[in-house]
Amino acid sequence: MTTTISLATRTSAPTLKRSPSPWMRIALRTLRNIPALIGFLLIVAFFFTALFANFLAPYSYDKQDLDNIEKPPSAQHWLGTDSLGRDMLSRLIYGARSSAFVVLLVTVVNLALGIPLGAAAGYFGGWLENLIMRTTEILFAFPGLLFTFLIAATIRPAVLDWARSNGFADLARSGYLDYAVVIIALGFVGWAGLARFVRGQVLTVKEREYVIGARSIGVPTWRVIGRHILPNALAPIIVALSMGMGFIALSEGYLSYLGIGLQPPNPSWGNIAAENFGRYWRTFPQFLWLVFIPGLILTLIVLAFAFFGDALNEALDPELVD
Amino acid sequence: MATFLARRLVWLPVVLFFVSILTFFLGLYGPGNPINIMVGLKANPETIERIKAEYGFDQPVYQQYFNYVFKAVQGDFGYGLVKYRDQPVGRIIAERLPVTIQLNIAALVVGVIVGIPLGLLAGLTRNSWFDYSVRFLSLIAVSIPLLFLLPFLTFIFSRRHDLVLNAANLQFAIGPFLPMVGGHWDGILSTKVLLPILIESLGIVAVLTRQMRAGIIETLGQDYVRTARAKGLRERMVLLRHAMRNALIPIATILTLSIGGLVEGSFLVENWFGIPGVGQLALDAFTAREYYIIMGITLIIAVAYVVANMAADLLYPILDPRIRSSK
Repeated sequence: MTTTISLATRTSAPTLKRSPSPWMRIALRTLRNIPALIGFLLIVAFFFTALFANFLAPYSYDKQDLDNIEKPPSAQHWLGTDSLGRDMLSRLIYGARSSAFVVLLVTVVNLALGIPLGAAAGYFGGWLENLIMRTTEILFAFPGLLFTFLIAATIRPAVLDWARSNGFADLARSGYLDYAVVIIALGFVGWAGLARFVRGQVLTVKEREYVIGARSIGVPTWRVIGRHILPNALAPIIVALSMGMGFIALSEGYLSYLGIGLQPPNPSWGNIAAENFGRYWRTFPQFLWLVFIPGLILTLIVLAFAFFGDALNEALDPELVD
Repeated sequence: MATFLARRLVWLPVVLFFVSILTFFLGLYGPGNPINIMVGLKANPETIERIKAEYGFDQPVYQQYFNYVFKAVQGDFGYGLVKYRDQPVGRIIAERLPVTIQLNIAALVVGVIVGIPLGLLAGLTRNSWFDYSVRFLSLIAVSIPLLFLLPFLTFIFSRRHDLVLNAANLQFAIGPFLPMVGGHWDGILSTKVLLPILIESLGIVAVLTRQMRAGIIETLGQDYVRTARAKGLRERMVLLRHAMRNALIPIATILTLSIGGLVEGSFLVENWFGIPGVGQLALDAFTAREYYIIMGITLIIAVAYVVANMAADLLYPILDPRIRSSK
């Protein structure tokens, strides 16, 4: 009797503990790093805030409370109000939405352009590689964000004109087209770095035995790239994307700060900072909560992406695996 | 190596051609018709025709492009359209360019003086608390946005926070660092520019520190360092003659690449401190729709960047004999 029970328990609870999948192990190894964990939580909070901004914000981003202008933080307005009596906290929460929207869409544009072009350049080589790589070199001839600045500063009137003359006058007035301008400006430049990176990854994976094997049994080219090459180059691409997202958030902040990105009253951390810098630098540091907080939040998000990406990179590096 | 250099030299005019063509078409035809910007939408047809002929907009587009480039080479970047109406853009930029160049060179010098020794020490004391703090701080300095750094450091260094300090019973004042330049350029030796230079150099310090740390760690593991030690060379000589010299080579590239950060730095820092440089002019041009100024600044910076990169490529084989001998 007792033996059957012990046998039964042994079979019902198999000692085969499933080892965590490679992705799970990488995730665990990344999040063991405390700054990376904090960064990850901040990133989650960032996207959560962006998604539920209309539920989280106590007021609308453009609601003016004319009895409370330039008020310091209080129970009614947790982060005070700006020069037009708008609730700072609400503006910043909606700013997170603007930022996340731009970050996600620019990342999508970068992926859609960078991965196919980079993979094609790396896999096929020849004149195609030459064409794609020389194009990226021309884009890289403009230092830093200069080309982005040039695009954002020049195409905005054309985009607005186009919208007005095609029956989208309301859209032009709403300021939503500024998002399109920012996304075009950042997306058009950002793919080049990703394409070069993907090309490098593809070049290293291309000569592996399993790729040659797949090709030798007649697997079609697109399938070789999609099934065998890209998944094996995926890990470093994810790191590049994570680092890139922080950079996109920062670039959007700079564009909006310089007045060629999102325009007020649409909230962006960059243009909130610009409004308050311009108004309060003479009385600095009198309205500290207005001047500091937009930049501080942008800093936290950029640092979050940086630390998370850094730890992810270390977790994915096979040389450092314990 | 020679073919590589030859290819680079041939490639240079091609890049410059595309850079100028992108700048020209985005700058002048990106926003729509340049005449509309000058005369407004309600101008009568005769005025439009007159302005068209006067500014050469009646010619074919490729002709306009070549005119622009040939004049730009001679320092004539067109005329202001709105706020700087009819003022030569070349002169406006030339007035402000020295300010920005001086600031950026100062920032580069500070970056080199601070960053290289810091990275060297961190690399030599690898995995010590010093190394960890340098790595942590440099990661922060690389990624912290100017939008926060500017008000934060101004707050730390400005005199106006005496009130806060007194309230907290702290006794110190940093008078000469009072940072606002406020439109008056007193030269690079003025104490007013200390804070702007410090802020602009932070990113370079961070990048150089990281590069130097990685470089020294890599070179110390090389065979030639082991050989140098094995033949009984003093550790100081091993470091100076063998490890450091090789670790310094990539710095040339890093410095040219850091021009990108300096450009963004100039745009934001000059605006915040009221420094009358190219960055402030660019911001002015963005808001006032001064497209010729935007084009001129973009073109000058991009050409300088391309040429600097080229120079770094040419410098490489001089610095590193291993590259010289490889093909």
